[in-house]
Amino acid sequence: MDKEKLHHEDEKTDIVKFGFWIYLMTDLLMFAVLFAAYAVLRDNNFGGITIREIFNPPFVLGETLLLLTSSFTCGLAIVFANQENKKMVVSFLTLTLILGLGFLSMEFSEFAKLFGEGQTPQRSAFLSSFFTLTGTHGLHIIVGCFWIIVMLAKIVRSGLSVGTARKLTLFSLFWHFLDIVWIFIFTIVYLMGGLS
Amino acid sequence: MKKDPHGSFKSYIIGFLLSVIVTLCSYFIVVNHLVPRDAATTIILTLAGFQLVVQLVFFLHLYKESGPRWNLVIFISTIGIVFLVVIGSIWIMYHLNNNMTPTDMSHVIQSEEGILK
Repeated sequence: MDKEKLHHEDEKTDIVKFGFWIYLMTDLLMFAVLFAAYAVLRDNNFGGITIREIFNPPFVLGETLLLLTSSFTCGLAIVFANQENKKMVVSFLTLTLILGLGFLSMEFSEFAKLFGEGQTPQRSAFLSSFFTLTGTHGLHIIVGCFWIIVMLAKIVRSGLSVGTARKLTLFSLFWHFLDIVWIFIFTIVYLMGGLS
Repeated sequence: MKKDPHGSFKSYIIGFLLSVIVTLCSYFIVVNHLVPRDAATTIILTLAGFQLVVQLVFFLHLYKESGPRWNLVIFISTIGIVFLVVIGSIWIMYHLNNNMTPTDMSHVIQSEEGILK
């Protein structure tokens, strides 16, 4: 590729990254509103279950470590993409996907257990805000997992093009962002719930 | 392809190790009841804030943007709005709850405001 075209691609990457960053900031605002709703409603449990009874410390720590490690492996995929090491990119992306799916299955089993006990969002204002906040985060993780699958298919089929590398960068922003949101769910919802 | 100055191996390892340490610290403070409740709340919120900075620096490389740092500018203004929304909601709803408590309102207001009959 000639120099001029390379420069053009770099500029495009910066612009696209900036646009995606603005999207992430609007997403952050949405999470802020859900956190505010949770903070306001968390004691209104209508005589039902409280966060203290939901909080299962080792389980939630496991979820957190899974997501944290997946954020790390996603970063390593970027490092290898910069070295144009296709094989390592594919393995680390697959690892990220597995860790993401592991997190999702843990969250699903937590929700399924609560639903089985009749602890649905309709039960109390606290449960509505709890499920909305954690569920919205989980929904983002599901979208992220689909994104990984699409990228993996593209990389395996047609290699690491400039376009794919760009999408990989955007995905890493998205995934790190979700990890940060989870840290606050972990701290504010679960740990502070354990203290109450 | 440009060699991205952002993603260096070392930065991800440092970020990951710091995040794990901070997460485990908050976890054990809460689970083992190492400190009183109010102090624990302050500590784990501070640790979460610290971890936010760690991940912004080592994972998202926010400080390494070249040119006018529009990413940082937008991030800081968004954080400003986040604080307005969260703190504002808690503040308003706390007072609303207080004032809407279905007890004898006049009694509550009198005792809270120090009004003598």
